[in-house]
This record gives sequence, C-alpha cells and structure tokens, in this order.
Amino acid sequence: MANFENVVVETDLLILGGGMASCGAAVEAAYWAKQQGLKVTLVDKAAMDRSGAVAMGLSAINQYVGLKDGQNSVKDYVDYVRNDLMGVTREDLVADIARHVDSSVHLFEKWGLPIWKDEAGAYVHEGRWQLMINGESYKVVVAEAAKNALLQSGVGEIFERVFIVEPLMDGDRVAGAVGFSVRENKFYIFKAKAVFCAMGGAVHVFKPRSSGEGLGRAWYPPWNSGSSAYFTLRAGAEMTCQEVRFIPVRFKDAYGPVGAWFLLFKSRATNAMGGEYMVERKPELDNWAPYGKVKPIPANLRNYLGMLDVMEGKGPIFMRTEEAMQKLADAYKDDPKAYKAKRKELESEAWEDFLDMTISQAILWAASNVQPEERSSEIAAAEPYFIGSHSGASGAWVSGPEDLQSDESKGDYFWGYMGMSTVKGLFCAGDASGASSHKFSSGSHAEGRSVAKAAIKYIVENNTMPNVDMAACEAMKATILQPLDTYEQFSKTTVTPDVNPNYILPKMFMFRLQKIMDEYAAGVTAQFITNEAQLNRALELLALLKEDSEKLAAADHHDLMRCWENVQRMWQAEAHVRTMLFRQETRWPGYYFRADMPKMDQDNWLKFANCKCDPSSGEWEMIARPIYNIFK
Amino acid sequence: MPSFVNPEKCDGCKALDKTACQHICPNDLMVLEKEQMKAYNRDPSMCWECYNCVKICPTQAVEVRGYADFVPMGASVTPMRSTDSIMWTVTFRNGSIKRFKFPIRTTPEGEAVPEGGFATHTDLNGPALATEPESLGLPEVFTLKG
Ligand SMILES: Cc1cc2nc3c(=O)[nH]c(=O)nc-3n(C[C@H](O)[C@H](O)[C@H](O)COP(=O)(O)OP(=O)(O)OC[C@H]3O[C@@H](n4cnc5c(N)ncnc54)[C@H](O)[C@@H]3O)c2cc1C
Ligand code: SF4
Ligand code: SF4
Repeated sequence: MANFENVVVETDLLILGGGMASCGAAVEAAYWAKQQGLKVTLVDKAAMDRSGAVAMGLSAINQYVGLKDGQNSVKDYVDYVRNDLMGVTREDLVADIARHVDSSVHLFEKWGLPIWKDEAGAYVHEGRWQLMINGESYKVVVAEAAKNALLQSGVGEIFERVFIVEPLMDGDRVAGAVGFSVRENKFYIFKAKAVFCAMGGAVHVFKPRSSGEGLGRAWYPPWNSGSSAYFTLRAGAEMTCQEVRFIPVRFKDAYGPVGAWFLLFKSRATNAMGGEYMVERKPELDNWAPYGKVKPIPANLRNYLGMLDVMEGKGPIFMRTEEAMQKLADAYKDDPKAYKAKRKELESEAWEDFLDMTISQAILWAASNVQPEERSSEIAAAEPYFIGSHSGASGAWVSGPEDLQSDESKGDYFWGYMGMSTVKGLFCAGDASGASSHKFSSGSHAEGRSVAKAAIKYIVENNTMPNVDMAACEAMKATILQPLDTYEQFSKTTVTPDVNPNYILPKMFMFRLQKIMDEYAAGVTAQFITNEAQLNRALELLALLKEDSEKLAAADHHDLMRCWENVQRMWQAEAHVRTMLFRQETRWPGYYFRADMPKMDQDNWLKFANCKCDPSSGEWEMIARPIYNIFK
Repeated sequence: MPSFVNPEKCDGCKALDKTACQHICPNDLMVLEKEQMKAYNRDPSMCWECYNCVKICPTQAVEVRGYADFVPMGASVTPMRSTDSIMWTVTFRNGSIKRFKFPIRTTPEGEAVPEGGFATHTDLNGPALATEPESLGLPEVFTLKG
C-alpha cells in the first residue's frame, strides 16, 4: 500500500467543508464552544478564502427577507419557496432559515462586504428578495470572520487541502471522518462527537454542453463533486428530493448570470421570430396549476416554456439587452447629460454583474465584440446540477426546529436537533441538507449558524467520544489509497500510461458517467426527457461503472482526489436515477420530463420522495414522506 | 488553456514552501514545475476561469485566455486587485478597451470581528443564535410557539 502516515485528530465538533454554510457554522460554533469548553475542527479540500461556489465572488445576495423593516414576513418567504418547488418543500426548514438570514446579511456588512445603498441609505434590491453587492471579495470576507472566530477564540483548528472521503461510524452514530492530504503522504482520521457536513453540491454528473477545453466552464464550479451526498449516503442517512436537480437558464456557453437583466433591468427574452415565450405560451401554465398560476412563475416552468420554443425549432432565444437598456435610459431622454450618465451607469452595472461572478462571460462578450446596449445575447438552459441551496432541493433529510412545527408535522419533521440527519450526530446544511431550497449564499450561512448551535447542544447533551475501530480505519485507508497502488502496479505495462487494460483513469471514468446520465437520465442531449425504460438502462450501466470504480488509477495526490470525486458523482447519479424512477409523475418540467408520465399527479405524488442505502448490504430503500402545510 | 503563466514574469514565488497560485486554486490546478521554477495549470479543461490565481499572483504572471472551444480569439480581461478595490481592463477583439473599478471591502483586511459588535447571550436552548436578536434588528426571533 502507498506509504501514507496516519494523522489522528480528536475534536468535539468536526466541520466538513469551508464554504458558506461551514463559515456560518464556524462563527456560531466557536462562540458556543468557547462557553462550553469544546473544540471545533474545520476541514476544507481547498483554501477557505476562495473555496466553494462563492470562490469567484457574487454580484447579489439572493436571500434577504427584510424582517426589520417589515418588507416581508417569514411566511412570505415560505410561500415563495413552496410555490417555486411545485409544492414540495419542508416549511419548517425554510422558515428557520428565513428567520435567521437577515442577521447573516447584517453580519456580512459589519465584516466589510459592500452592499449597495440608495440615497436614503436603504439596501438596493435586485428583486423582492435579492440585494445588490460589490461581491468580488464576498467569500474572502466571510471566510475571514470564520477563521478569526475559530483561531482567535482558541477553540478551533483548520485543515486546508484535506479531501474528505468516508464517514466513520460507531454503530448508528457518526464518529468522525477520514480523508487524505492532496499535498503530502498523510491519511487523516478525524474523531468527533458530532459532524457538520457542508461539502457543497455536484457538477459534472451530467455531460456539460461544452466538452473540450471549456469542460470546466459549467455554471456550477467543477470542484464540488457530490462529497456531501456521498458522505451522508455512506453514513446510511436518509436523503430527500434527490430527483430535484437544478437547470439554470443563463447566457449561452459562458453561463453569465441573467438575474440582474431580468429583475433589475427588466429585460425580455424572445425567440428567433421575435416571439416572447412567456407571453405566447402562457396557457401551458394552466396544466401545472396551482403552481403555474402564482407569481413569480416557478423557475422550472419558466425554463420549460423556453425549452418548448427550442424543441419546436424557434431558437435561439435572446436576452433583449439593447431594448432593456434603451428603455431604462429613455426615462432621462429630455436631459442629455443625465441620459449619458445613466447609460454609463447601466453599462458599468451590467459588466460588474459578470466581472464579480462569471468573468468568462465578460471574456466571451469582449471576444465577440458584444456591446449589450447595441445587440441581444443568446441565453440557453445549462446541464443539470445538484445544488439544494439554490433552486434545486437535493440533500439529506434533516430534523427541523421544535418551535416551527404544527401538531401534525412534529412527529415526522422533528427528532431532537435542528439540521440533524437520520444518523445520530450527523448534521447537514447548505447544499448538504434537502427540501429547503432558495437559501443561496446568505441562507446557507444562516442555516450553518442555526445547525451549528444545535450541534453544540447535541454535544453538550451527548458528551462522550464515540468508539472508532482502528482496524476499520485501516481497511478504509487501503480502499481509499488503492488507485495509487493500481497505477503503481500497472502503469509500466504499456508504453504510455494513458491507455491500459488494467485500469481506468478518473477523467475517462467521469466521461463514462456523464454519457450515461446525459443520454438516459434526461441530460442536454436527451432534451431533458426520460422514461422508465431509459432510467432502468441507466441503472444497468451505472452498476457496471460501479464495479469498474474499483479499477480507478491515480498517478499522484491530485489524481487520487479526482478518482474519489468521480466515485462521489457516481453515487449522486444513482440516487438521482432511483428517485426519478420512484416518483411516478412529471412535477418539474423544465428540470426533467418523464415522457411516460407526462402529467403532475397531485393526488398521489404531493409528497417527498426519499431514499437511503444500507451501508452494510448496499441495498437501496425508497421512502415516501408526507408534506405538511405549516404556514397556511 | 484558461489560466496560463507568462514564464518571463513567474519567479516561482521565490521558491517559498508553497506558491501563491497553488495555495489559492479551488480546484488544485496550479503546480510548480520544479526544474524551471515556473507554475502551470495542469488541467485547463477543469478550470472555471475564477481568476483567483490571476488575482493573487504577486508578479502578474498569470493570465486567462478564453476557452478555445467556444471563445473567439483576441480578447482579454485583466484585474488589478488592491486591498479595497479592483480595477478591470476589458480589451475587445476589435481592440476597444473598457475600464471598470469597483470596491471590494469596507473594512481593513484581516479585521472582521466574528460577532460584528452585536450583543450576545448565553441561552443554548432558545432559537436565538449568538448575536440574535440584536443582529436581526428585531426585539425577538420569530417563532410559532407563544
Ligand atoms: C454560479 C453560481 C452563482 C450563484 N449566485 C448566487 C448569487 O448571486 N447570490 C446568492 O446568494 N447565491 C448564489 N449562489 C448560491 C451559493 O453560492 C450557494 O448557495 C452556497 O455557496 C452554498 O453553500 P455551501 O456551504 O453549501 O457550499 P459551498 O459554498 O460550495 O462550499 C462547499 C465547501 O466544501 C468544500 N469541499 C467540497 N468537497 C470536499 C471534500 N471532499 N472534502 C473537504 N472539503 C470539501 C469546498 O472546498 C467548499 O469549501 C450561486 C451559486 C453558483 C454555483
Ligand atoms: S503565484 Fe505567480 S509568481 Fe508565484 S508561482 Fe504562481 S505564477 Fe509564479
Ligand atoms: S482560474 Fe481559478 S480554477 Fe482556473 S487555475 Fe486559476 S484559480 Fe484555478
């Protein structure tokens, strides 16, 4: 076996991931841990300053409720999320995030994030829930507070560039996690009383539209590979909404954001004939009532109307940037100086939107000589992603808070600690927790805070170190390092190491997974359509892929990480396919369409489709759970 | 090739124990070629063009060239990041140039105070998080239970 030194770390709370949810968790956990005399350890595969989905920056905070100014209520937010998710949402979880999210935003502002203000000093809204920011350093600022909280209080320690793979278990209780350094020959064994998992969502499970050099330019960042889903599934936790993928419609190819264009600049999108699908296809929305009739129209239905245009050969679809900018500037047309100033301001805002969060789009516009004030740009649906914190909903099935339950919901939604999965001591937040979408960056941070406080309470009330079986750890170590050994053993048996009958390299493994998912599980090539036979075929091919995963090979630390990232993606894929099969209807057209069950079935399927995989037998179990309407 | 390194400018971060670009890349792509002490992107097709290596390089040695499989040639987007603002130069294929400057933070680097100066409390059982209700700007945290 490759020679990796064991590093054993004992802690009270182990935080996995260093993204938005984990940074929230670190700040909150450090505060309570100091009072309780506990230790907190955070592990990130990258550098916290620039890790996770916010690594590049963002141009908006997408969840701010505005409670203090009475702009909206907690119930308003719950109503919005429930409708956007076609009725499938955990209202207790969404409400918990909504009641705490404003305080995360107020903290961001204190920490130094520039939030746009109007002349009266009020936040500038992009839409009802969104705030405009100068967010180039959003993650740097939020990570700085988290690091200061952990390190200055003396309760914490941080490990960067350690890639987490498997959970450690003590019977039905989580006991920690194992992983490896991507820099040195070190195998990490973290033993903990509670584990907080927030390692993001998943991309590259499906074939991206661009598969050459632009492969990495997916909308979702290539470094989040389904580590959260894998970790929680492997611990035996029940998962929810694994069928609820997210497909964003963005500027085509570079995936630049459209939110500011639609919401702030009030732009229209039109097809090749100049028709506006949101107007022309309005009657289609009746088929998806009651959700088709609410405002704003659910994201998947907006996607769907555009996709129908494309499928009928009416593409490309254009964002009418020139028209929108003209209209906004027209308000000032009688005052040439103010008109010029307004045009300039709009231009700067439009470019900042890209430069803060999707710089590639700025390159693409510059390389195509696009001036948005002069001509429209194409928009298109991206490939599917797993991002439970955004408009998807996939993640672990977790307990809600006790005080946000109805008499009805309490038995099914509450089991002791906010954010705890069905595995004792395993807490989840951000993309790792499910059925509570539309939390975005701010809500993930707030949820991280709320769940971390509950995790500390759990530790105080269950203050024993679980047992860790060192023999089991050694076995895991051998499995995790196997790709290095495989490469070492066989790479010299062919003249070049890239084609070898004894192993598969991580990139080809990823391509194999992507091809299966793209063609059979409603990817871009399949126009987001699937059916039972296709999904069963996907499962057959995934089973062969799973067998071959034991033959993954890695030349170095970096490739070893790539191997495990792709195993994680494969597990996310299997959970997704199984859950699409289980849900016998089409509920989210625009995300995926079951051609054999083309209608929504409110009578039988207004419920959660959950799944879990028994860690010892490998058997999957599908479970339906009820939806309770707490905020009537 | 998304991010790429200009060999004339890269000094390998003077052979310190880790280079800046290697330290920051969220996808672990930047590596140092030890013989020449020059950094490079080991897998351009896994690059998000997040520009973190570009922004952090002390010698401005890292640049980005748009993805060859869909971006026409000839444009560039170049940041200059200081402690409180960032200046962008966007050069179009046709040679025209636009410049933008945006603030990036309002506090001195390194000084974010975790509790943000809000009052804290000691009740581990209630729904109020450490800095709440003060950080919410409300008298109390929302709940359904009277
Ligand atoms: C393109 C894009 C645009 C967005 N725009 C907005 C917006 O405008 N406004 C807004 O509010 N929100 C936006 N969001 C949503 C927001 O980014 C997410 O909701 C938020 O980042 C989720 O937080 P998280 O902590 O769950 O995951 P992340 O922030 O992604 O953090 C995941 C963390 O886990 C670490 N990690 C992953 N795998 C491992 C492993 N195996 N071992 C150790 N560590 C690991 C990562 O390095 C990272 O630190 C956007 C998201 C994307 C992708
Ligand atoms: S940060 Fe710049 S100077 Fe340092 S190794 Fe990387 S490219 Fe070279
Ligand atoms: S642009 Fe981002 S993803 Fe690409 S090499 Fe640089 S830091 Fe890494």
